[in-house]
Amino acid sequence: MKILVAISNVPDTTSKIQFTENDTKFNSAGVTYIINPYDEWYALVRALELKETGAATQVTILHVGLTDSEATIRKGLALGADDAVRVDADSSDAFFVAEQIANYAKTNNYELIMLGKETINYNGSSVGAAVAGLLDYPFISLATKLDANGKTLTFEQDVDGGSQIIECDLPLVVSAAKGMAEQRIPNMRGIMAARTKPLTIVAPTAAQALTSIKSFSLNPGRTTCKMITEDNIAELVTLLHIEAKVI
Amino acid sequence: MSVLVYTEINKGQVKKSSLECVNYAAHIAKQLNLPVVALVNNTSGAPLTDIGNAGASKILQANNQAALSDNAIASELIENAAKSENAKVIIFAFDTSGKAIAPRAAAKLKAGLVAGAIDYPVINGTSFEIKKNVFSGKASAVYTILSEVKVISLLPNSFKTVLASNSAQIVDFNPSLTTPLRIKIKEIKSNDSGETAPLPEAELVVSAGRGLKGPENWGIIEELAKSLGATTACSRPVADMHWRPHHEHVGQTGLAIRPNLYIAIGISGAIQHLAGVNGSKTIVVINNDKEAPFFKSADYGIVGDAFSIVPKLIEEIKKFKANQN
Ligand SMILES: Cc1cc2nc3c(=O)[nH]c(=O)nc-3n(C[C@H](O)[C@H](O)[C@H](O)COP(=O)(O)OP(=O)(O)OC[C@H]3O[C@@H](n4cnc5c(N)ncnc54)[C@H](O)[C@@H]3O)c2cc1C
Repeated sequence: MKILVAISNVPDTTSKIQFTENDTKFNSAGVTYIINPYDEWYALVRALELKETGAATQVTILHVGLTDSEATIRKGLALGADDAVRVDADSSDAFFVAEQIANYAKTNNYELIMLGKETINYNGSSVGAAVAGLLDYPFISLATKLDANGKTLTFEQDVDGGSQIIECDLPLVVSAAKGMAEQRIPNMRGIMAARTKPLTIVAPTAAQALTSIKSFSLNPGRTTCKMITEDNIAELVTLLHIEAKVI
Repeated sequence: MSVLVYTEINKGQVKKSSLECVNYAAHIAKQLNLPVVALVNNTSGAPLTDIGNAGASKILQANNQAALSDNAIASELIENAAKSENAKVIIFAFDTSGKAIAPRAAAKLKAGLVAGAIDYPVINGTSFEIKKNVFSGKASAVYTILSEVKVISLLPNSFKTVLASNSAQIVDFNPSLTTPLRIKIKEIKSNDSGETAPLPEAELVVSAGRGLKGPENWGIIEELAKSLGATTACSRPVADMHWRPHHEHVGQTGLAIRPNLYIAIGISGAIQHLAGVNGSKTIVVINNDKEAPFFKSADYGIVGDAFSIVPKLIEEIKKFKANQN
């Protein structure tokens, strides 16, 4: 079984969010980029575990993006992926990205495609299901466990009101959520090895973006917090009822 | 031509998030002068009156057990409905199943999707501009959909549902589908107590963090939640240490929620926690450290020991509730 893990390059969770060019672009000045946590901690690490136990033969990471994401890709290789592919294109539209992943997976016979449940910058939760649709593969969403038994995979996944255990045969696409694996820190050997692991750059397949971003704005923060003293808690209940009108 | 809305049944009732979507679809349909057609996979024979009351004029009623377990089949059902109703706009809820189905249906129909809309689209001729949250709630972005057919999934709790008396025509809809059933459900584990709303839909949430010191102290949190009819949530370390089940974990790497009221008890207010809750309408913070960052993102705050404040708050809520009745 060959596994393709799609990774996204996102601003670190503590980054200051600012926009430039008349609020049409994210301002990446001074921002540290990381592998999208869901892609890394859950999808990639579980893929590596499957290789370590012999269930998978190869783990490839695929990233759709421009040259500035090389550090992120190398981090994925340092964690243990065998090789990496970068589709050389801007990754602003989920459908466009899905076309790239689907195309690469198909031409190179990957049977298991893994990615995180959402990215922490655009929060769309869209790419995995779209890839599955384009390939006519089943899609397992929000998987918190994945075990392989030959061609049959068993998952636990979050659903409304609980979770369920399901089975599905390869090929398939799965989106990973918390619980699937534990975060790993790359070791020195991994970091050294990553420098010489193959990173192939491929041209994008023809696909049209179906959405575009017109502008950004920062969501207004809360300006004042009304402080209530411990001996006056009845006041809080009144405020929640009369002022906030939430109870 | 129509505005199509995908609705779902949960426990014998139309889901709240689905009714929000029908309302939302009706708002768009009015501007476009089109009818609202709702699609529902009603395997349990649930009453559908509320779908009409929320603004649909026609309901396509499917009875497809396989589509409940395999989102690829649900997607094909929707693609069929979109074609037969010549849908110009398709609305989904941005909930667990909407996230699995909408992008697939959109990709199949080569239609642009805005996932997690928080406001009505601004429509100008054929141009649709739609706002959604980005950067985990820290900012929002206005998207333009470039394709002819527009797909929007609506973030739950963005609008209050309004029902008016309106009856919809119900038509059975069971087209022949080609997608095989590939996902087999082996076991369902419910964490649904049945007493309170599930966390993604809850309007009132009581959440607690590491400040509670240990799982044995959650009695007061549960009691406070019960007094309000609220659902409980927690911070990530609390779920990681197994003090609470992981489905309660809110934040950047857990659930993102936007209840009307979020009460945070013994939670410091780390940026990754805020990412999942800052869309809440009203935030109350209880923390014994007056410098806790959460106070900067709260509407109401109490500085003090949770173990003495929470029991007092429960008392006051009970008094308030008694006066209400
Ligand atoms: C990539 C990434 C993703 C993350 N995702 C999430 C996420 O999704 N959700 C999340 O919650 N965290 C997340 N975190 C972790 C986050 O940074 C914080 O560590 C976490 O939110 C802290 O949890 P806490 O507030 O419960 O605990 P603490 O930070 O330990 O805070 C406990 C608070 O309780 C107060 N307290 C102590 N005793 C009392 C008392 N007796 N009465 C009242 N108050 C008291 C303290 O003053 C303190 O403010 C993430 C971190 C990273 C790096």
